[in-house]
Amino acid sequence: MDKYMKVPMGKEDILSLKSGDYVYLTGTIYTARDAAHKRMYEALTNGEKLPIDMKDTMIYYMGPSPAREGRVIGSAGPTTSSRMDKYAPALLDLGLGGMIGKGKRSQEVKDAVVKNKAVYFAAVGGAGALLSKSIVASEVVAYDDLGTEAIRKLEVKDFPVIVVIDASGNDLYETAITEYRSEA
Amino acid sequence: MRIVDVSVITDNIKEMCIEANHFLSKDMEDALLSAVNTEKSPLGCQILKQLQENMQIAGEDMIPICQDTGMAVIFMEIGQDVHFEGGALEEAINEGVRRGYVDGYLRKSVVADPIYRENTKDNTPAIIHYEMVPGDKVKITVAPKGFGSENMSRVFMLKPADGIEGVKNAILTAVRDAGPNACPPMVVGVGVGGTFEKCALLAKKALTRPLDERSSIPYVRELEEEMLSKINASGIGPGGLGGSTTALAVNVNTYPTHIAGLPVAINICCHVNRHAVRVL
Repeated sequence: MDKYMKVPMGKEDILSLKSGDYVYLTGTIYTARDAAHKRMYEALTNGEKLPIDMKDTMIYYMGPSPAREGRVIGSAGPTTSSRMDKYAPALLDLGLGGMIGKGKRSQEVKDAVVKNKAVYFAAVGGAGALLSKSIVASEVVAYDDLGTEAIRKLEVKDFPVIVVIDASGNDLYETAITEYRSEA
Repeated sequence: MRIVDVSVITDNIKEMCIEANHFLSKDMEDALLSAVNTEKSPLGCQILKQLQENMQIAGEDMIPICQDTGMAVIFMEIGQDVHFEGGALEEAINEGVRRGYVDGYLRKSVVADPIYRENTKDNTPAIIHYEMVPGDKVKITVAPKGFGSENMSRVFMLKPADGIEGVKNAILTAVRDAGPNACPPMVVGVGVGGTFEKCALLAKKALTRPLDERSSIPYVRELEEEMLSKINASGIGPGGLGGSTTALAVNVNTYPTHIAGLPVAINICCHVNRHAVRVL
């Protein structure tokens, strides 16, 4: 089912999402991938404050290519989420509303999604040029020295994603595959 | 003997890095186009159409097809009658990569050390494979490789007794484990035989073979066709969200091996299977 929704979204909106829903997001999301996650995790371990508030925040696992002059951003598709599995449960426990990436998640992440009533979306991997068209503003807000891996605040308009893991723990990667499996 | 100034290599590699990251080869485009007509899942079809729109935007607006513009893998087939002048060839190749990635607004994804992980900020060094061949030409293949799919690649050191069934199991295991992580529909490059490193190189090179070109060895051709049909029956589908288009092709390369071994490498590539080829 196609849905148009605002981000950040409240718990009621998150609970209305079902695995398999096609959703167009409009609002504010933040990028973070490997290096930014490692740094945030270390900050938490050392009892330091995170550079962005996790409450209801939507994190997009993405490191863009450089923007040409006059453009908002370069190519901007999702990276493989499983590399962030080690760090995601701690962020979800801090109130992280959801994640956008691609690929399977660990059981620990799934459990943390259910426990915290969060959501895991997939964007189409390898469609970075197309997805960049739904990003209307981009600003580095932390870890500037990490280059493409810095934390960016993005304004998105009708950014297309698919609900993979919903707050009840349904996982589209597991269910959809069985539907089209035809091997003996 | 033919003299080639290495600055020519630099200029060509710069252009090829930019070209490969914005335009797919015709066989890749055609395969993605025809997949839309055969895909059984409506969501799968929608994703395949998005990939086509993505390619169109990439070419028209000069935005890289994928933000992971890869590590630059470069195959150099050098005619043995060529003499290079004007500097070190390897430096010239890396300078081409540097200019391509910096001037071409491509992402710098290379870290100088695998543990300390500081970005080199110009996407060098490239991964360069040299091959000496007869003649006085230089054939350059620039194949930027993204790591979503590279991370899902595997090497299996099978036993000779495992035979062709062992090879099939290895391929299907790698593809099933890769699933959505490798950005399907994927292209599967397979190397069978040689040594530990040779089979990996065979698999990498297999990814640069046109998708509509099958092996000239009858049993290998059968293997390619059977594996493609089995992979597409796995249900993984476009984006791993279910469907009948999981792979666009399975390309297998073989090589003689040792009496005690059966090495198999599976190098998986996403649907952004990039390579630019020039003969100088």
